[in-house]
Amino acid sequence: MHRAFCWLLAAFLALAAPTAFAADLAPLVRGLGAGNYAETEKAIAGLAETGDPAVVPVIEALQAGDLHVRKSDGAVVVAKRAGNGYALTDPLTGGAIGEADRNAVEKIRINNALRRTISATLGALTLMSPDAGTRRQAAEAVFKSRDANALDALNTALAKESDERVRRAMTQARASVLLAGDAPDADKVAAVAVLQERGDQDARALLNGAANTGSDAVKDAATKAIASVEQRLALWGAAQNLWYGLSLGSVLLLAAIGLAVTFGVMGVINMAHGEMVMIGAYATFLVQEAFRQWAPGLFDLSILVALPVAFLVSGAVGVAIERSVIRWLYGRPLETLLATWGLSLALQQAVRSIFGPTNREVGAPSWMSGAFELGGLTITYGRLWIVVFAFLVFGALLVALRKTWFGLSIRAVTQNRSMANAMGVRTARVDALTFGLGSGIAGLAGVALSQIDNVSPNLGQGYIIDSFMVVVFGGVGNLWGTLVGALALGGVNKFLEPYAGAVLGKILVLIFIILFIQRRPRGLFALKGRAVEA
Amino acid sequence: MLTRFFLMGLDKKAGVLLTVLAVLAVAVPVMALGTAPDSPWHLSTHTVALLGKYLCFALLALSLDLVWGFVGILSLGHAAFFTLGGYAMGMYLMRQIGSRGVYGNADLPDFMVFLNWTELPWYWHGFDQFWFAAIMVMLVPGLLAFAFGWFAFRSRVTGVYLSIITQAMTFALMLAFFRNDMGLGGNNGLTDFKEILGFDIQAASTRVGLFVATVVALAAGYILASAVVASKLGKVLIAVRDAESRVRFLGYETDRYKLFAWTLSACMAGVAGALYVPQVGIINPSEFSPASSIEAVIWVAVGGRGTLAGPVLGAVLVNFGKSYFTAALPELWLFALGGLFVLVTLFLPKGILGLAAQLRDRLPARATVTAKPADQKGV
Amino acid sequence: MSTEDTLLYLDGVSVSFDGFRALNSLSLVIEPGEMRAIIGPNGAGKTTMMDVITGKTRPDTGTILFEGRTDLTSLREPAIANLGIGRKFQRPTVFEMHTVWDNLELSLKAPRRPLKTLTYSATREDRARIEEILDITRLSPRRDRPAGSLSHGEKQWLEIGMLLAQDPKLLLVDEPVAGMTDAETEQTAHLLKDIAGKHSVIVVEHDMVFVRELGVKVTVLHEGSVLAEGSLDTVSANKQVIDVYLGR
Repeated sequence: MHRAFCWLLAAFLALAAPTAFAADLAPLVRGLGAGNYAETEKAIAGLAETGDPAVVPVIEALQAGDLHVRKSDGAVVVAKRAGNGYALTDPLTGGAIGEADRNAVEKIRINNALRRTISATLGALTLMSPDAGTRRQAAEAVFKSRDANALDALNTALAKESDERVRRAMTQARASVLLAGDAPDADKVAAVAVLQERGDQDARALLNGAANTGSDAVKDAATKAIASVEQRLALWGAAQNLWYGLSLGSVLLLAAIGLAVTFGVMGVINMAHGEMVMIGAYATFLVQEAFRQWAPGLFDLSILVALPVAFLVSGAVGVAIERSVIRWLYGRPLETLLATWGLSLALQQAVRSIFGPTNREVGAPSWMSGAFELGGLTITYGRLWIVVFAFLVFGALLVALRKTWFGLSIRAVTQNRSMANAMGVRTARVDALTFGLGSGIAGLAGVALSQIDNVSPNLGQGYIIDSFMVVVFGGVGNLWGTLVGALALGGVNKFLEPYAGAVLGKILVLIFIILFIQRRPRGLFALKGRAVEA
Repeated sequence: MLTRFFLMGLDKKAGVLLTVLAVLAVAVPVMALGTAPDSPWHLSTHTVALLGKYLCFALLALSLDLVWGFVGILSLGHAAFFTLGGYAMGMYLMRQIGSRGVYGNADLPDFMVFLNWTELPWYWHGFDQFWFAAIMVMLVPGLLAFAFGWFAFRSRVTGVYLSIITQAMTFALMLAFFRNDMGLGGNNGLTDFKEILGFDIQAASTRVGLFVATVVALAAGYILASAVVASKLGKVLIAVRDAESRVRFLGYETDRYKLFAWTLSACMAGVAGALYVPQVGIINPSEFSPASSIEAVIWVAVGGRGTLAGPVLGAVLVNFGKSYFTAALPELWLFALGGLFVLVTLFLPKGILGLAAQLRDRLPARATVTAKPADQKGV
Repeated sequence: MSTEDTLLYLDGVSVSFDGFRALNSLSLVIEPGEMRAIIGPNGAGKTTMMDVITGKTRPDTGTILFEGRTDLTSLREPAIANLGIGRKFQRPTVFEMHTVWDNLELSLKAPRRPLKTLTYSATREDRARIEEILDITRLSPRRDRPAGSLSHGEKQWLEIGMLLAQDPKLLLVDEPVAGMTDAETEQTAHLLKDIAGKHSVIVVEHDMVFVRELGVKVTVLHEGSVLAEGSLDTVSANKQVIDVYLGR
């Protein structure tokens, strides 16, 4: 009963739907479902000959494995899973033609040979598309399939093509086809030159093939081209590593820069520094929750609002710590270290009690999602913004310390406390605010890190050792040292990773720092002279 | 001559401590093995192991006090030496399992079979012999400490810098031991031990034996440490702690003195770790975590650094508190521990024992409290 | 005079910190048994000079020879101390937690290797020598007190006592009478003159009364090099010296 109804419905739709050209194509489409690979291939060739863009979705459906034969009438339909059965659509028009039971349709099978034919056909068909993007993709498809059948279509398309980028893609596709087929040596050598220009992994693979199978002249040209491509690839690989290193370095810089203030400028060992970062990340979480609650439309702005909030929250916690604990311990660095470690334990537990031990979800605004390509590099917007942000924070801190009255007070107190006091600088207040500044910057780091790391009570623990390494490596009391230290360690880490693996790379970096500190106990940019010993 | 050397450091404090240890060495076996299980005096195997664990920590604290209290080196990586000693013992215990493992492989520990290894790595050879493992328990931590200290002290890394690189050292070791490629059990570490020196490791009598061994090791460590501290070498160490450059101008190679104390301390920590492993039944890389090293520092601080007996007391007290809290009020333990760090550094800078001494003779306190950040650039 | 006969020989020694020249081609010769007073305004390089002699700071250029043959520029502090160069700091640095007796025992000439000190016990001669120094420095009543509890003057004396215990060939004494009463200053001058009989001494001092009391050859340092040398009266009459130092 049900089946009969479907049949009727389908028949009705089949009568109602067809348009003028669809009618011409219909028999060819029906031929796809003939039941064996050879017939299917023939039908594809027939469809390709029409050069009609309407064929494209049909063949794409075949490629995706959505094309089915309806057993009841042998019609070729697009069937997609819907509930227990399939939802059917007409391959040419895309119109719905009802539903079918799972057993009522049979998938049109394709093998690897067909798969190649399909992509080549698609390539040839789409090469003439009015949309430049589609043409370029089609050229890429031919480049990958190396289908000799597409060569004519490619030549035709090339003759008409006016867009420079599409032209280049088509030329490369043509070169790939020529190199794979049995074109004369002169053409092949020219193709090698084109592929050398392209210079990526795919080009290298093609050239490798040519270097192994071609005639001597082709082999020679290919071998030379491979060397050039490999050099280029190595260069891009290095650039990619450099970017990863810069990215990691900027994360380290963000984490360490607050420490450079509290440890570097004040000489206070704050083991709870990581927890200031963690608090900043949780502040971001709370701000985002508030946005989700009251202004979901403005979610993209939540990070910008989180920045001052995190700065103030972490800074306030920092001031509270300085006033309640650290000020009693000035001049006793080891005791400060222990007390702040205790504070870090308590802060972690406090956050765990309030927010729970699991990770909290912090979303990325749309302008921080996604990625773009730059030559051979892939760069995500999130990382890019973090790099930019790290440098902005660094620059702002530098200006704050050099150009503002507050910065002047900090430096005055650091260099000569009693004299600063005598000049009317309120040293106790400067201490508290300096520590607050360092902690606030850690909070800013927390906002950035919430985008790339898990927001959990243990967030800070992962950064504290690294941050100390950066500050100590760069030289205590020197902001530029911190910058260089962070970037150098980030870079070294990422350059070691491909050879040693992430964990071993990290271990090697730690060992390197241990040895380095022993060679230059006061870091890269150490202060020299009597001031140090005093 | 040798007896005199070992006895010269013993004072009233030492008398009390050694008496307590002697009483424990007799009372615990009697209460654990000589009483009926329902007697109010009976000690369960679990309690014996717990007490043994506390005393292992006490030995670790003692070793830490030797360098922090007397040479001024605040090690944030002493758990590394403890854990290395523990691994050396763990490797011996693994080899004793023989073919009784899950996979029944007589030549390879289970985790290697699991990783499809076919051959025992070279560094596992010899660990089927107890004497070899016993040497390694001290040699491995000792060598690491010697190498580390040789570099660090020669280049005059001091103060917080030294503390931070000791922390980096234990952190690097933790990362390394987490790797399966290390061939030491990766994440899971070494466990499922069966027997030690032919005795069933679960048996009550073995547990009591291990406890007594721990008491003896702690007493021996204490006597050795007091003797070292009371010798002229110990006076040099204290002088190094208080004014290192002055000691150099007197003609002492302070690096060597620090290296001596540092290496000795690492060996003691290794022994503590080796005794710890059979009593808790497992050793894994998380023991290397910087947090465990810092926890050991707080035991010393609570008891009183530079007093030798204080850290022993501190280790037992804090760990007793930890056992109590983590069972009764797990949420509050980290608050309690964190608070302890802050309170001890702020109000009890010399610890429990130091407080008593402080009240007795009121030395003019060195003007440290009033010193401000600018004064300590050179740290 | 050849360099072999000198106790300490500095030639063309320069040190700079971050562009600041603390010593500028300094040359100085001390003979065996000689006592020399060094004066000069702040920043003249007096303390830096002591630092390069004792190995605390390495000179950028220049030669420093001890007893005409040992090159001090390549040695570390303990090695230099063991050659027989003792140093007393500007601020008295004694081991505050140790008793006066222990301070002297640590300084006493004896093997300095760790294992030797581990098994060391004081011989009768050692004890006698310590008693003697306690007498000289008038610290006998304080022998069992922690050095931290001594007065400023007593600490200065203890440090001089420690130098005596070391029995060096050359003593470098940095401002020994700073913060002392007049009576103490006079006693210190006598003490140093006694020592000078058997040892060479370099005294850095600001106190002109004290320098006159010593009555020895004076070297005036200015901007890291020697400005004048001679008796106090000679250098006091030197126009340049008056300009840079005494006149002010």
